[in-house]
Amino acid sequence: MYVAVKGGERAISAAHAWLEETRRGDASVPELAVAQIEQQMPLAVDRVMAEGSCHDRFLAALAIKQAKGDLIEAAFLLRAYRTTLPRFGASEPLETARMRLRRRISATYKDLPGGQVLGPTFDYTHRLLDFALAAEGEERATGPEASAPVGEAPRVTELLAREGLMQRERDDEAEPGDLTRQPLAFPAERPVRLQNLARGDEGFLLALGYSTQRGYGNAHPFVGEIRVGHVTVEFTPPELGFPIELGEIGITECQMVNQFKGSRTEPAQFTRGYGLVFGHGERRAMAMALVDRGLRARELGEDVTAPAQDEEFVLYHSDNIEATGFVEHLKLPHYVDFQSELENLRTIRKSAEQALPEAAE
Amino acid sequence: MTMLTAGFADPVLDAQATFRAVLEAVSRPGRIQRAGGALNPPAPLNQAAAAVLLTLADADTPLWLDGGSAAEAWLRFHCGAPVVAQPGAAAFALATGMPPALAALAQGTEEEPQGGATLVLQVSDLAEGEGWHLTGPGIEHEHRLRVTGAPEGFLSAWVANRAGFPCGVDVVLCAGDRLTALPRTVMIAEG
Amino acid sequence: MDHMITADTEKRRRWMAVLARAAADEIAGLLATLPPLPAHERLRAPETGLVMVRGRAGGDGAPFNLGEMTVTRCAVRLGDAVGHGYVAGRDKRQAELAALLDAALQDPARRDALMEGVIAPLATRQQAARDAEARKAAATRVDFFAMQTTR
Repeated sequence: MYVAVKGGERAISAAHAWLEETRRGDASVPELAVAQIEQQMPLAVDRVMAEGSCHDRFLAALAIKQAKGDLIEAAFLLRAYRTTLPRFGASEPLETARMRLRRRISATYKDLPGGQVLGPTFDYTHRLLDFALAAEGEERATGPEASAPVGEAPRVTELLAREGLMQRERDDEAEPGDLTRQPLAFPAERPVRLQNLARGDEGFLLALGYSTQRGYGNAHPFVGEIRVGHVTVEFTPPELGFPIELGEIGITECQMVNQFKGSRTEPAQFTRGYGLVFGHGERRAMAMALVDRGLRARELGEDVTAPAQDEEFVLYHSDNIEATGFVEHLKLPHYVDFQSELENLRTIRKSAEQALPEAAE
Repeated sequence: MTMLTAGFADPVLDAQATFRAVLEAVSRPGRIQRAGGALNPPAPLNQAAAAVLLTLADADTPLWLDGGSAAEAWLRFHCGAPVVAQPGAAAFALATGMPPALAALAQGTEEEPQGGATLVLQVSDLAEGEGWHLTGPGIEHEHRLRVTGAPEGFLSAWVANRAGFPCGVDVVLCAGDRLTALPRTVMIAEG
Repeated sequence: MDHMITADTEKRRRWMAVLARAAADEIAGLLATLPPLPAHERLRAPETGLVMVRGRAGGDGAPFNLGEMTVTRCAVRLGDAVGHGYVAGRDKRQAELAALLDAALQDPARRDALMEGVIAPLATRQQAARDAEARKAAATRVDFFAMQTTR
C-alpha cells in the first residue's frame, strides 16, 4: 500500500524564518556587506568560484553570505544561479605563460629566469593567532614596492621540454568535452578529467593528492612551478569574428613534474600533472595536479593500482555538490522503504523463532 | 553590418511565447501557430523562421543556412550560433529555398535520437483543413494541412525519414508569421 | 561581413580591451568632460550571460573547459556604426558605455578626441595599477645568497 502524505508547510516556513534570523546573528553586531566578504575573505570567495565553476567575485561573496559561510552550500547556490544565464560561447584558451604574476615559485630550480617571487603567501607565517586583528581600527599594512616591476616569466616545464627532458603536451585542437553539456562517460579524456578536477571538492582532491605521495600511486612529484596572478580572457564573438579581451581573471596554476620510466615508444623523461583553478587556490591547484598525474596512468601505460589512478572512482566522487545531494537526500522521507525493511526483518525474526523449537527437538 | 535590425523587443518574454508556439506546433502537428509578428528580419528570412531561430538557436547549436549574408549576419549577431558549411554538421538548418535532403541532415543515433537536426523550412503558405492528411502522435483522428511551396519529393523523403525512427529530422514549416511542425513521428498522406 | 584583420582591427581590439577593464563610473566621468554624443539605438539591450573559460592541459596542450565566468554584452548603433561591448562581470551600464564608445570610436571624425579624452586616460590608470602590483610582486622576489659550501 502506498499512502501519499503532505504537510509541513507551516513548519517549513517557520524553519526558513528562523534560518534567516540565525544567518543574521545578533542584531547588535553590524551586518556584513557583500563587498566586505569579497574584499576580506577573498580565499573563501575563490574556493566558491572554483567549486561553483563560475567566476564572479560578487556572486560568490553573496552566496557565502546567504549560505552562512557554508562554502559547499555557497558553491551550490552559484551553480544553480549560473544555469539561469545564457552562454555566449567559449573563450580562447588562457595564455598562462603571459600571466601577470603576483607569485611564482619553483621547487626544482633555485635560479630561474624571472626568479622566485613569493607574493602574498601564508607560507612563512608562524601560524600564531594574531590578536591584533581582533582589536578594532587595525592599521592598514601595505606591501612595499620595488623600483622595477616583475615581468612575464618563461615556464619551467618549457625549459625542460627544450632539452627534450619533459614530455610535450599534445594538442590536436579537438573541441573539449564539457561536463555541463554531456554527462561523464568512461574512459574520460584528459580535458574532461581536468574540468572535473577544476571544480572538484578541495578536501577530496587534497586527500587523494596526499595519498599519491604516501605510496598509493607511486608518485614522486616535484613542484616545477606554481604561478598565481591575472590572465586576460579573450573571446571571439561570432558577430565580430576576431578575438576581443573581456577583462582579466585571477588564476592559480601548478605544474607538477613527475618521473616517467619510459615505454617502447618514448624515452624516459619527465611528465606533467597539471592544476589550474580560479582565484588564489594553491593547495587546490597542487592537489589537482597530483591527481591529474595519477589519472594519466592509463595513458602512460602504468599500472592502475591506487584510488587516485582510478578515474571512475575519482571523477564520480569529486563533485561536492553531487555528493552533497546524494548523501543529504537520505534526510528525505523514506517512510515506505523503511516500513518494508521493518516488515522484512520481522518476518525473518519470526521464521527464525519458529524454526528454533523444532531444531531443539 | 550596418543593416542590422533589432531582435526580440523583450528577449525573455518573446522567446518564451515563441517557445510555447513551437511546443504547441510539435504537440499538435499540422495545427498552425503564430510567432515573430513584430520582427523585422532581413530578407529572405520570414518572421516565423526568424523567431524560431532566435528562440532555439544559440552558441551550443551549430546552424546551417542558405539565406545569404544579411540573414547570416543577423542570426550570428542575435543567436550567437556558429554557422557551419555542411548541413550534416548542423543542429538547426534553415532553408529559405530548396532545402538539403532530409537524409543529409544529422539523424541522431539510437542512443541519442535527440541529436537529430531540426529543419526550419520556409514555404510560401500554410493552410489548415485541406491538403495533406496528417496522422500520428498528437493527432486524434487526422489533421489536414496544405503547404504551398513544399519542395519537390518531400513526401517520399518524409517516408524515409519516418522509417528511421527514433532517429530522423523534425521539420518546422514557416510562412510569414505562421508556423507548424512535422515531428519525425507524423505520417503524411497526399491530399 | 569582411573584417579588416588589420591595423584598424588591432586598434579597435585595444580600445575594447581598455573599456572592458574600466568601471562604468570611470568611463562616464571622462565622457562627461567631452561634447555629448548623439542618441544611440540599442540593437541588443545589455544582457548578462556566461563565457566558458578554457585552459590548456599542461598550460600549452589540448584545451579544456575550466569553468564559466559572467560576461555582460550590449550592442548599439550610432549613425552608421554598430558598437559592441563585451565586458567581464555583470555591470550593464559598463557594457552599454563600452558599446557606445566602440561605435563612436569607429567614426574617424570623433576618434581622436575620444581616444585622447577617454581611452588614453583609462589606459594610463590601468597601466599604473598593473605596474604598482608588479612592483609589489618584485619586492617579494628572493635574492639568494650562498651560505657556506659544505661538500
